[in-house]
Amino acid sequence: MGSSTANRTDMLRVPKKAMDPPPQSASQAIEFPRVKRGAVGPGLRIADRAFRYAMLGCALSVLAIVAFILLELILQSRLSLHAFGWNFFVHQAWDPVAGDFGALPFIYGTLVSSLVALAISVPLALGLAVYITEMCPPWLRGILAFTSDLLAAIPSVIYGLWAIFVLVPILRNYVEPWLATTMGWTGLFTGAPYGIGMLAAGVILSIMVIPIISSITREVLTAVPRQQREAALALGATRWEMIRIGVLRNARAGIMGAIILGLGRALGETMAVTMVIGNRPEIAKSLFAPGYTMASVIANEFTEATGDLYLSALVEIGLALLILTLVVNALARILVWSVTRGMPASTHAQ
Amino acid sequence: MPNSTFTKILGWKRAVVDHMATAGAVLAAVLVIAPLLAIFIYLVARGAGALSWAFLTHAPKPVGEVGGGMGNAIAGSALILGISCLIGVPLGIGSGIYLAEYGRGKLAILVRFIADVLNGVPSIVMGMAVYALVVLQQKHFSALAGGFALGIMMIPTVTRATEEMLLMVPRSIREAALGLGVAEWRTVLSVTLRTALPGVITGIMLAFARVAGETAPLLFTAFGNQFWNWNLNQPTAALPLQIYTYAISPYDEWHQQAWAGALVLIVTIVGTVAVVRLVTNRGVMKGTS
Repeated sequence: MGSSTANRTDMLRVPKKAMDPPPQSASQAIEFPRVKRGAVGPGLRIADRAFRYAMLGCALSVLAIVAFILLELILQSRLSLHAFGWNFFVHQAWDPVAGDFGALPFIYGTLVSSLVALAISVPLALGLAVYITEMCPPWLRGILAFTSDLLAAIPSVIYGLWAIFVLVPILRNYVEPWLATTMGWTGLFTGAPYGIGMLAAGVILSIMVIPIISSITREVLTAVPRQQREAALALGATRWEMIRIGVLRNARAGIMGAIILGLGRALGETMAVTMVIGNRPEIAKSLFAPGYTMASVIANEFTEATGDLYLSALVEIGLALLILTLVVNALARILVWSVTRGMPASTHAQ
Repeated sequence: MPNSTFTKILGWKRAVVDHMATAGAVLAAVLVIAPLLAIFIYLVARGAGALSWAFLTHAPKPVGEVGGGMGNAIAGSALILGISCLIGVPLGIGSGIYLAEYGRGKLAILVRFIADVLNGVPSIVMGMAVYALVVLQQKHFSALAGGFALGIMMIPTVTRATEEMLLMVPRSIREAALGLGVAEWRTVLSVTLRTALPGVITGIMLAFARVAGETAPLLFTAFGNQFWNWNLNQPTAALPLQIYTYAISPYDEWHQQAWAGALVLIVTIVGTVAVVRLVTNRGVMKGTS
């Protein structure tokens, strides 16, 4: 209350003056002090205050929910935190029977599948964004933007379904044999081409993160001032040189942010990955081999976990995943914000 | 002066690079659109065959028996999404109103930041947290827990949409209402929020479309059920959960049903998104989504 409230609501204080009726006659002038306080009426003032506190309550409930989530995850994982300490994150065993748990295979699977996804999706998403904002005819722009937004609306489980029955057979029969013969020497594409495995997870993830990366890149590219483009063209640049020098260079930080935001999504993605990655806690160099991610081990084993330590270890993986995605997302937001600052799309950030 | 052959060669190279860049961008666009088309074609081709009245109205039959459907899962999804809207919409609109009308200073910055954090929580972690918060207290899986998880996930989107839309309402409208002696709370609800309503509804529908297909948060909350269930305190089937279970099963009939379920789900979601796009592109609320 007091000065801080007054400060926060100064915008609303201004019109309150307008509520005071001007003293026109003597009788009203006598009543003036009473009217001044009571123009809204004591009951209404209480209603206003109650409403304000109710809205504040809604806002605070959001804080409370996040606090509860963190608290619960820490409480539920304390058994495993005590038992394994930091060693949990570099330990490779996952043996529920012996009660020996380490998160390394899952961290490895999460990072590798996400990196494969980025390697495929970044060039495609940037190409699409550049095409939509700088090259394509106006009539096509809306259609392409809508279509790529639709990709973002498809649920994870449907991507997974499609991946199992369409993508995996294609990988197994055509792509993986071809990769094995042409690039087998790298060691990344060796072993039996099952279809299911790290590569399949990476490919389906890449399809899922493209719309995110490309829609934020579009926003960032649109935020680059028109004069930059005109200046480059006026100096005799070709269209590509204009895009490279005038647009992409200015939007670097924002594009980086878009990519990291895509990474954040890929790290936490569960269903589609669980359905095609093979779910085996192993660390293999070949991308054809099955793997396991932090999200999918939780999805598969949480309801079946017997024993408190097993459950606790799974919750600790969840906690680690949460912290990882929060850090990644925060980094991305700062980068995107640094470019789109002052644009209408981010008015809330003022 | 550079000699003319030199500039000629340079110009030729630059033209080639320019054309290659254009070709690259077009290729990228085609490669992105291709999987989308492929997914839709497969959904319709595989799903439409298994789609029938029985599919929409019957509960699953045991493996091996012909027939059965996902009626209970569709009903369960509706139940869970109803609960999630009851939780997510009021809280989201309330926090949006707080941020737009009263939110100044550090608390507002904190609330915005936390809403962003909530938006970034992986859905599987959300499911685990709600399991600890609700299911462990109740001692069993329930539609209520599922609705709670999805409701929380709706809050950030609704909050943001509400705040942005309220800030777009001209201040003069607020002042006019207050000047007429209308109470502050009434002004916010009947004048400001009312003016911003189309945009707020857009935000709610987008949030709905986002959680309608969520599977991961329901794994340990609603859990799934092979039978009809209307009890909020019992494990409940949900369409995305059923699709997941059937997709990873070894039975061909179940795969068919998974495709049909996916078709129903995608039609619901894409329908919602398309309606939002049509309305927002009408000019009233352009640039909101």
